[in-house]
Amino acid sequence: MTLYLMCFFLFLVGVYGAITKRDLIKIILAIGIMGYSVNLFLVLIAYRSGALAPILKEGISVPMVDPIPQALVLTSIVIELGITALMAALAIRIYEKYDTLDITKIRRLKG
Amino acid sequence: MGKRIFVIITLALFVYISLPLVLDFIPTQQLSYVSQKYVQDGPEEVGAQNLVTAIIVTYRGLDTLGEVAVLFIATAGIGFILSRKKWRKRKKRSSSSILQTGTQVLLPLIIMFGIYVFTNGHLTPGGGFQGGVIIASGILVYILASPKNKFKDFLISLTESISGFGYVLLGLLGLILAAGFLDNSILPLGKFGRLFSAGAIPLIYSLIGLKVGSELVNILKYLRRD
Repeated sequence: MTLYLMCFFLFLVGVYGAITKRDLIKIILAIGIMGYSVNLFLVLIAYRSGALAPILKEGISVPMVDPIPQALVLTSIVIELGITALMAALAIRIYEKYDTLDITKIRRLKG
Repeated sequence: MGKRIFVIITLALFVYISLPLVLDFIPTQQLSYVSQKYVQDGPEEVGAQNLVTAIIVTYRGLDTLGEVAVLFIATAGIGFILSRKKWRKRKKRSSSSILQTGTQVLLPLIIMFGIYVFTNGHLTPGGGFQGGVIIASGILVYILASPKNKFKDFLISLTESISGFGYVLLGLLGLILAAGFLDNSILPLGKFGRLFSAGAIPLIYSLIGLKVGSELVNILKYLRRD
């Protein structure tokens, strides 16, 4: 149970960073931390003590960890990569337009 | 001060809402019904040693197609956002000779390792996504080593289109020749645990690897702003 709570704490670290930081790059990193904590939680759901990775070999009959959450985590990692790259591209455009990454200074309109 | 209190209240509400999700979770020592079926029937039905690959490419193959589509849409979005011209010309410095020499040695090895990872995705840990990312990281090293070189746009688009088209085509062939969309038994299953086994899985995963690799190279190209 401690491990799951630590995962939740890591997620809270990400939420804290996303709502308090002013730098866009730091916000992107915080959102990344949130995503990684969710991935860690999914992998921990699959984990069982004493079990092997889900790769079959003849003559081995040790119990296996659950393969479905692992497949889901692979999907989630790839989608997170796409989201992070998209956010980075938006941050680049904002920097080109306003010459700053501070979100409190991006309020004014600039044509 | 008021802002800090607001942040603390927000976090506390968030904990109040989602802590039960964590606390009520009971870890089990047994596989769920679906996983049990995959573990037992997977070797005969799919013939892949790596069960995660069997799930991703065959049982949940449609999800993977959607995932590749999401990656494509993200790349297209980045291209759209960064399509404007550079607003400030920067002079590109050439890199150090250590990096250049190291790249010449490492680049073929990195790309070979990426290809190894995605062709052996049904036997060992790894697969198309991981292999594609390894290839893209090799290209990133190349970009860092020689920042003045231009990409051959045509080659990247060709790889991307052919691999994406081939992936859908193999899925449709499964619809005609075998039980359903993306069924891997359009090719003989072969001997369990060999490189040429598990039907169409190595082929599909190689195409996914090329597709993911070329998408990521496209993202790198857009982020470089040339």
